Amino acid sequence: MSASTLHPKLYTKNLEQIPTRNGYGEALLELAKHNRHVVVLTGDLAESTRVLEFSKKYKDQFIECGVAEQNMAGIAAGLALSGKIPFISSYAVFSPGRSWDQVRVSICYNNANVKIAGAHTGISVGPDGATHQALEDIAIMRTLPNIIVLAPCDFEETKKATRAAAAWNGPVYFRFTREKTPCITTVQTPFEIGKAEILKKGRDVSLIVCGPLVYKALIAARQLMQEKINCEVINNHTIKPLDAKALLTSIKKTKAVVTIEEHQIMGGMGSAVCELLSQHYPVPVEMIGMRDTFGESGKQEELLEKYGMGVKDINTAVHKVLKRKT
Amino acid sequence: MIKTKRYKLELIANTLRQDVISMLAHAGSGHSAGPLGLADFFSVLYFHILRHKPKEPLWEKRDRFILSCGHVCPILYVTLARSKYFSLKTLHSLRTLGSPLQGHPHRGSARGIETTSGPLGQGFSVAVGMAIAARMDKTSHRIYCLTSDGEQNEGQVWEAAMFAGVKGLANLTLFIDRNNIQIDGTTDAVMPLEPLADKYRSFGWHVIDCDGHDMDAIDDACAEAKKKRLKPTVIILHTTPGKGVRFMEHNYIWHGIPPTQEQARQALLELKEARKKLSGKSLATKLLSYVS
Ligand SMILES: [Mg+2]
Repeated sequence: MSASTLHPKLYTKNLEQIPTRNGYGEALLELAKHNRHVVVLTGDLAESTRVLEFSKKYKDQFIECGVAEQNMAGIAAGLALSGKIPFISSYAVFSPGRSWDQVRVSICYNNANVKIAGAHTGISVGPDGATHQALEDIAIMRTLPNIIVLAPCDFEETKKATRAAAAWNGPVYFRFTREKTPCITTVQTPFEIGKAEILKKGRDVSLIVCGPLVYKALIAARQLMQEKINCEVINNHTIKPLDAKALLTSIKKTKAVVTIEEHQIMGGMGSAVCELLSQHYPVPVEMIGMRDTFGESGKQEELLEKYGMGVKDINTAVHKVLKRKT
Repeated sequence: MIKTKRYKLELIANTLRQDVISMLAHAGSGHSAGPLGLADFFSVLYFHILRHKPKEPLWEKRDRFILSCGHVCPILYVTLARSKYFSLKTLHSLRTLGSPLQGHPHRGSARGIETTSGPLGQGFSVAVGMAIAARMDKTSHRIYCLTSDGEQNEGQVWEAAMFAGVKGLANLTLFIDRNNIQIDGTTDAVMPLEPLADKYRSFGWHVIDCDGHDMDAIDDACAEAKKKRLKPTVIILHTTPGKGVRFMEHNYIWHGIPPTQEQARQALLELKEARKKLSGKSLATKLLSYVS
């Protein structure tokens, strides 16, 4: 894919910013127009997971479960086993955080066609503090058989991920973020479950990234060009199953990797990439993410900087990994 | 229920008990007490109440039976086999490598298993989801769900009960196997549940207490539940754990273990004796009804 399919204003100051969760709400409204089997469930979080409008427009396809995420996961499984396409809408710390056993048995082991939308992931959740910043959700979901794990990078891609999840027959977990983030992609940008997207070609190092940090990776890559370091930037939105072919092709060329995610570095997207590399093509890797610590209250940008997920940190990691490259 | 029907169901229950004993002794692991205590219930449910087509297990209009307390699956497996969902021979594969009959039930492994279960509380919520779906689709099939009494310890049970009560899911009938035992001891010793009926009533349920070995009472309770239009019904089945095998009855030790070969022989002898008396009793009642 060439950079031309990215947002034309990508590197300008007036690049639009929209929260990814808005894409979820909008896509659900479109889906329900054509499919009466799409059902949305929430655990008392309709507004902030952006399904409030859905709840008003499609009353008969909306279920308020109250603050009871385990029951909600089971209800969704029962709906799916009856031919519905249920979307569970909650914060990721609660769902799948509190409902992991139900996701494991009632959804995954049943292979029930349930979609789990985890809102408020990453440190960028901000002021709500550590209790509400989901930094472990990828780890607890990607170890479960039968489930797809997605982390879309912006508003448009979250819309596509929502549509793709509805079309996929089987359990899907996908995560989004709270705050406004840059609109990197456009309606035309391709999105396919299981297919990593190369957003910028390069030969020196592969930046493998998911979620809104894709933007920071692109900015870092642009800055590094001035130092004649040519980064390949890969939007690795599908964490499970990994696009092994695309990732290995890139890595065989660059022979150095930096993984970037708003998640604990243990068990997250970067870990998934390392599992792949260590078995097929070991190269030096630097990992960017939360380093075995809880977050705290603060502003999005302050937190990303403090916990080492800013553009500066990506630059540092690139230099570090290049030094290790043989 | 007419007497000949009840006689038939009693014979089936006796068969199910014998099947459970043979299967568990053969497997060398599995739960004994719960399955034996539930044989009368399963006989009435599968051979009298449920609308189902064993030859067409995914028939859309079938009533759904969700086994939430997955550990009592031996009784489900023998009932499914006797209903001809799969062969009796399959029962001998229980808990062995490659068997469709997993230690706890798995949807898709064997015909007739509606959901995967084992971790307690989960089947209840799945049943609630199915009841909501049936209501959305305006279909008339009913959802039946069996939970155990120990299972009521789980928070998820009360989340599901609260939801079903509030939404008035009248197409849902929940059963609680009130056999007063769980793994660590009596339910009173581990986590007392009473007043159980009042708890459900306060959550918006219609509650029926029922002798879990009285087939007419079970049948009547299910009929009563079916007539309710605004509330889900919970039928508390008072059962004797290990029912039909004297050395197992009421003893919580038998919750999670199988009989040895020798114990199985003894149990089968007792059940065969009971079967003879059953036909004797039935003959007497037949004669009586003939005379009167
Ligand atoms: Mg019990």
